[in-house]
Amino acid sequence: MPDALNSEEDIARASVQLVHAVGMHARPAVKLTKLAKRFEAQVALRVAGSAEWIDAKSVSKVVAMRADRDSIIEFEASGADAHAAVAALVALIAEDFPDPAS
Amino acid sequence: MAEVSAKLVFKGKSASLGFALGPLVRIDRPQVQRRESGTIEEEEKALRAALAASGGQISALAAASEGVAAEILEFQMALLEDEAFLAPIFGAIAAGAAGDVAWSETLAKEIAGYRAAPGEYLRARASDLVDLRDRVLLALNGEGGGSKATPAGAVISADDLPPSRFLEIDWSDGGGIALRQGSPTSHVAMLARARNVPMIVQFGTLPDRAEIALLDGERGTLEVDPPAERLRTFAARRAVQAQESASARDLLAGPPLIWCGEPVRLLVNIQGLADLSHPDTGYADGIGLMRTEFMFDDPAGLPGEEAQFAIYASVLRWAGDRPATIRTVDAGGDKPIRGFTEDGEANPFLGVRGLRLCLRRPEIFRVQLRALARAAVHGKLKVMFPMVTVPGEFVAARDLFQNVLNELRTEGVDARLPELGIMVEVPVAALTVDAFPASFFSIGSNDLAQYATACDRTNGALDSLNDPLNPGVLELIRRTIDHGRRHGINVSLCGDMAGDPHSAAALLDCGLREFSMSPPLLGRVKQAIAALSAEAERG
Repeated sequence: MPDALNSEEDIARASVQLVHAVGMHARPAVKLTKLAKRFEAQVALRVAGSAEWIDAKSVSKVVAMRADRDSIIEFEASGADAHAAVAALVALIAEDFPDPAS
Repeated sequence: MAEVSAKLVFKGKSASLGFALGPLVRIDRPQVQRRESGTIEEEEKALRAALAASGGQISALAAASEGVAAEILEFQMALLEDEAFLAPIFGAIAAGAAGDVAWSETLAKEIAGYRAAPGEYLRARASDLVDLRDRVLLALNGEGGGSKATPAGAVISADDLPPSRFLEIDWSDGGGIALRQGSPTSHVAMLARARNVPMIVQFGTLPDRAEIALLDGERGTLEVDPPAERLRTFAARRAVQAQESASARDLLAGPPLIWCGEPVRLLVNIQGLADLSHPDTGYADGIGLMRTEFMFDDPAGLPGEEAQFAIYASVLRWAGDRPATIRTVDAGGDKPIRGFTEDGEANPFLGVRGLRLCLRRPEIFRVQLRALARAAVHGKLKVMFPMVTVPGEFVAARDLFQNVLNELRTEGVDARLPELGIMVEVPVAALTVDAFPASFFSIGSNDLAQYATACDRTNGALDSLNDPLNPGVLELIRRTIDHGRRHGINVSLCGDMAGDPHSAAALLDCGLREFSMSPPLLGRVKQAIAALSAEAERG
């Protein structure tokens, strides 16, 4: 379950557990970056506890962060639609990367 | 012509089953001609155009693909749209580099990074990047990339084949793949299995072309310009096979097998997570053998506890409530590992390999045992030791495992002692099986046959003697199973013969009820056993 969103000014933060069977592999990473790109906000993510924040709009960086199944993913976004972006990304992971409704 | 090709039958390693008959055609990576480089603006523009052209080709391919293929292509497409990925390339152009040089050099760094990454999933991504690199280079140099059409139904001969090249070939009229190098666990092999394109790898040498070639994915052979009679028998075999494999898939989804009133379980042999993506693995009753050598054979060095734990835990989660048997590292013999196995043995198959090696290198073995004990918490883990000769070795390994477990508990780490068993592959172990205090036995018929028949399994000249159906080998198998039955100890068999439909009757007759094989073989083995079962009922 996603944690409640913290809000302070226009920075949005949230974390969620990665339930995808094989972790953040190519397909989930592609879905995540595509979704992130729909927002104006700058969005960063990381595996909880790691030092480096990763650009959520870069598929090469997201795959290379090697998030395993069950790891906790933290998001941090800033900009006009930061809260919407974080909520959408958290939902994507929590719902295990559903295929877009056709 | 004076050119004499004495060799007409070539032997490789099967990566995807099936048959192909057609002209043998060599395809290779087209030679890239360096174009004249221009101003910074011209170079930027040329690269942008090449990226757009490549993106167009990839999305056209993606639209016609699904499953693993679509996943690879979508990933490549996303990379082309990844500004963070492209930034250093355009940075290099702005600093004066030519477009193709900037692209190749940046890609080379990325590819090296993926190749050195822990875990085979990321390493497999390296070939997707190589593929992308070459496609953009071709577009950049004005060749337009795209397909050089191959004749319908051709057998492709190449050193290796990138996934997107595979996808550009029209396989609707049959055809097959023969690679000088390559690997059965590569991405293109997964694609070939998913699309039922027969593929054989690691031929070493192959002719560039032939008017007619027979590719036999069952036997791992390629025969060029065969006599007419061979063509007829081949066509007949192929027709029978096509019918069987279609009905095998239906059968897999059906009820479990029963033989003599006892359930027969079919399990899978895997090397890593990628093998679990085969569509048939979902029907398996568990994992009968997970090899772990591949993790150790990494130019970046031996794997650490965390890297191993992540893979074992993922496999166990995949298996859920089904058993998953992981074999501790079986290095040595024909699987040397730098920094681990001993150099200069006169006869490595009879040397310090398997558990013998692990017990001599406890500092390396303990890392694996720690990772396994931690993973055991996540599923139904069974761990087995390879190349065990006497009970004392098993006891030493078990003691070491217990010791590691105590250590983890002292550290406050969640861990558990899994069920512990042995591979039965040394003939004296089969003959004295009752002396081993193991919780289960897994018969390694490949090595058991090689040691019992005194035939080096890598020596092709001895193929007919190195026969696991030799009555002497079957007797060793039967003894092991009999012992298990008398004492209620689980016995399975994970050698190649478990996946060979022709061996099923003999193995059932020895009392075997657990067969572990590579995922693509599940359907046909189930079919063979179902047929035997129906026959037994009638008779």
